[in-house]
Amino acid sequence: MLEFWLSVVLWVALAYPLGQWMHKMLDRERHYRVENWVYRLTGVKTDQSMDWKQYALAVLAFHLLGLALVYLLERTQGYLPLNPFRFAGVEPQCAFNTACSFISNTNWQAYGGETTMSWLTQMLGLTTQNFVSAATGICVMMAFARGLRATESKGLGNFWVDLTRCTLNVLLPFSLLLALLLVGQGVPQTLTQPAALATLEGQRQVIPLGPVASQVAIKQLGTNGGGFYNANSCHPLENPTPLSNFLECLAILLLPAACCHVFALTVGDRRQGWALLAAMLALFIPLCLLCIHVEMGNWEGKEVRFGEAASALWATATTAASNGSVNCMHDSLTPLGGFVTLLMMLFGEVIFGGVGCGLYGIVLCVLVAVFVAGLMVGRTPEYLGKKVETYEIKMVSLGILIMPALVLPMVGVAVVYPPAKAAVLNSGPHGFSEILYACASMGNNNGSAFAGLSANTPFYNLVGGMVMLFSRFFIIIPVLAIAGSLAAKKHVPASAGTLPTCSPLFVAWLVAVIVIIGALSFFPALGLGPLAEHLRFLK
Amino acid sequence: MVITAIRQLLLWTLVCGLLYPLLVTGLAQAMLSRQANGQVKGLVGQDFSQPGYFYSRPSATAGKPYNAAASSGTNFGPNEPKREEQTVRFGKDAPADLRYASGSGLDPHITPEAARYQAERVARERNLSVARVEELIGKHTEGPSFGVLGHARVNVVLLNAALDNRGASK
Repeated sequence: MLEFWLSVVLWVALAYPLGQWMHKMLDRERHYRVENWVYRLTGVKTDQSMDWKQYALAVLAFHLLGLALVYLLERTQGYLPLNPFRFAGVEPQCAFNTACSFISNTNWQAYGGETTMSWLTQMLGLTTQNFVSAATGICVMMAFARGLRATESKGLGNFWVDLTRCTLNVLLPFSLLLALLLVGQGVPQTLTQPAALATLEGQRQVIPLGPVASQVAIKQLGTNGGGFYNANSCHPLENPTPLSNFLECLAILLLPAACCHVFALTVGDRRQGWALLAAMLALFIPLCLLCIHVEMGNWEGKEVRFGEAASALWATATTAASNGSVNCMHDSLTPLGGFVTLLMMLFGEVIFGGVGCGLYGIVLCVLVAVFVAGLMVGRTPEYLGKKVETYEIKMVSLGILIMPALVLPMVGVAVVYPPAKAAVLNSGPHGFSEILYACASMGNNNGSAFAGLSANTPFYNLVGGMVMLFSRFFIIIPVLAIAGSLAAKKHVPASAGTLPTCSPLFVAWLVAVIVIIGALSFFPALGLGPLAEHLRFLK
Repeated sequence: MVITAIRQLLLWTLVCGLLYPLLVTGLAQAMLSRQANGQVKGLVGQDFSQPGYFYSRPSATAGKPYNAAASSGTNFGPNEPKREEQTVRFGKDAPADLRYASGSGLDPHITPEAARYQAERVARERNLSVARVEELIGKHTEGPSFGVLGHARVNVVLLNAALDNRGASK
C-alpha cells in the first residue's frame, strides 16, 4: 500500500517540473542547432504555421506511410538481417493488425514477441513507432492548446517542428535514461546470440535476448505498452526486480500527468493544469484502491516479486493511461479488478490517457461540462476566453461518440459471429468480458488484453486493426477542427457570468460528466460481463 | 508535403529505430555487460520435478513448463474450473502462489510461506533436518526492496542451487 501512495506522491510532485520543462522544449521561437539539421535534411520550412487541415493532413500522411513501412518490415523480415531465430515474414493479417496497432499508439499484440518478430522489426518498426506515435499525441495537444491561445488567426504550429522537438528533446533523453536504469536491474540489451543454459535438473533452457531495455523504456514512457516478450512486463527479463517494476510503473503515468501542466502553461493559465490533474486523481485513486483491495490473495497471473498490490496498481495505471503494458495477466484478475481496468478504458482514456491524447480527450469532456453548465444557466458557454458554439459542440460530440460507436458494434458482432466467439478461452460472463475487453482496448488505443482470447484470428486482426486506426485518427481530426475554429475567434474577457473552470466545484462537475458519459454508454455491457461475474463469484 | 513526410519518417526510423537502440546497447555493454547479456543468475525461473528440490510455481509456457522461449500465463479467470486443475501437485492448503501460475510462466520466486510449506519434503528427501532447510530458506528470503517495493520472496533457482552446493561440500 505504501508503494501506491509513494507512486501517487511522485506522480503529482514530478508532473509540474516535468511539465514546465516539456513546455519550455515544445513551445519556443528559437530552434536548436540539431533541430535545424533535422529541418534541413527533411526539407521542413519552419516558418510555415499550418492551419488545422494542413496539420491533420501532415499527421495522416506521416502515419499512413509509417503503417506501410511497418507492414513491409514485418512481411520481409525473413530476408532481412538481425533475425537470430530466422523468423519468417509475419502473416499478412497479423502484420496489418500490428502495423495499425503501433502507428496508433495502441500496441495491441496479436503476436508473441519472442516467437514472431526479428530484432530488426522490433527496432526499426516497433521501437520507432513507439516514439513517433507518442510524439504525435503531444503534437496534437500542442496544436490544440495553441488554437485556444490564438486570437483571430489560423496557424496551429508546424507538425514537423513539434514532432522533431518532442522526439528529440523529450522522448529520446528520458528513454535513454530509463533504458540504462533498467539494464542495471537486469533487463538485457544486446545484439549477440541468445543464451542457452542447462537448468539444475539438466534440461536445456533457451533464453531469447535482444535489444530489450531500449524498447521497454519507450513503451512505458510513451503510453505504448507493446512488449518485447509475449508476457510483457510480467517477464522477468523485461521487469526483473521490484525496483525495475516501480520505475516502469512510474513511467506509465509520468508524461500523461505532466501533459496537464504542459497544456495549462501553453494556454497561459496554470490553474487549469492542477484542475485537470485533480479530476483525474479523483477517479484514479479510489478505483485503484478498490482494485488493490480485491486483488489481495489472488496470485493467478501475478509475479511473486511484485506482489498483489503493485500488480493491481500497475493494472489500474496502465488502463487509466492508454499504456497497455501489463505486469500481471488481466484475464486472471478478480471480477471487480477486471471491472476497474475495463472502466478505466471505457471512460475514453481520459483519466491520464495516452501522452497528449489523454489530455485533449479530457478537454473534450471539459467542453461538454461547460456546455451543459451553460445550458443550465442560459449563457453561451466559454472556455479559456473562447466562446464554445454549435460547431465546436458538434465536433466535441463526434470526438466523444466515435469511441462507443466503434466499440459497441464490434462487441455486438463478436458475440454473434461464430469465429469471433470461438476465440474465447474462459466460460460464462468472463468469456464475454474477454470480448468486451478486446474491443475496449483496441477502440481506446490501450493495447492490454484479457489475453485468453485468441486474438490472432481474421476477425480481431482485420476489424480490430481498422478500429484502432479510426479511434485514433477520427478523434484527432475533430480535435484539430475545434482548434482551428477556436483559433479564429476573439478572446472574450471573463465576466461575472463566466463559469470558472478551475474551481473544486467545476472539477467535481467534470468528474460527474466523465462518469455519466462512460456509464450511459457502457454500463449495460459492464453489467453483462464483470458485474454478472462478480455476483457469481460471491455465491 | 508527402516528400517531407517520407523524409521525416526515414530520419526518425534511423534515429529512434537504429541509433537509439545501438547507443543504449553500446553504453550498456560498456558499463553493465553482465546484466546487458542476461548473465544475472536466477532471473528466469526453472522447472523442478525432483522431490529433493523446492518446486516452482505452475507454469503455462508453451510446449513445456518454464520454456523461456515462449512466455505466457494461463489467462484463467477466477471462476474458470480449469484453473483449479493446475493445483493438483500441492493440494488445497498450499499457499496460493504455489497453486496458481504466474503471468510470465517464468517466475523464479515463491513466497517464503510457499518455501516453508515444502521444507519438510525437501529435508526428508535430502536427509537433512527441517531446521537446517528452514535456515537455508531464511538465508534466501528477501523482504520487499527498500522495505516498501514489491513482495517478500525466495528465489527457487538460487535456493535449490544452494541445496546442491551444500551437498557437494558435505
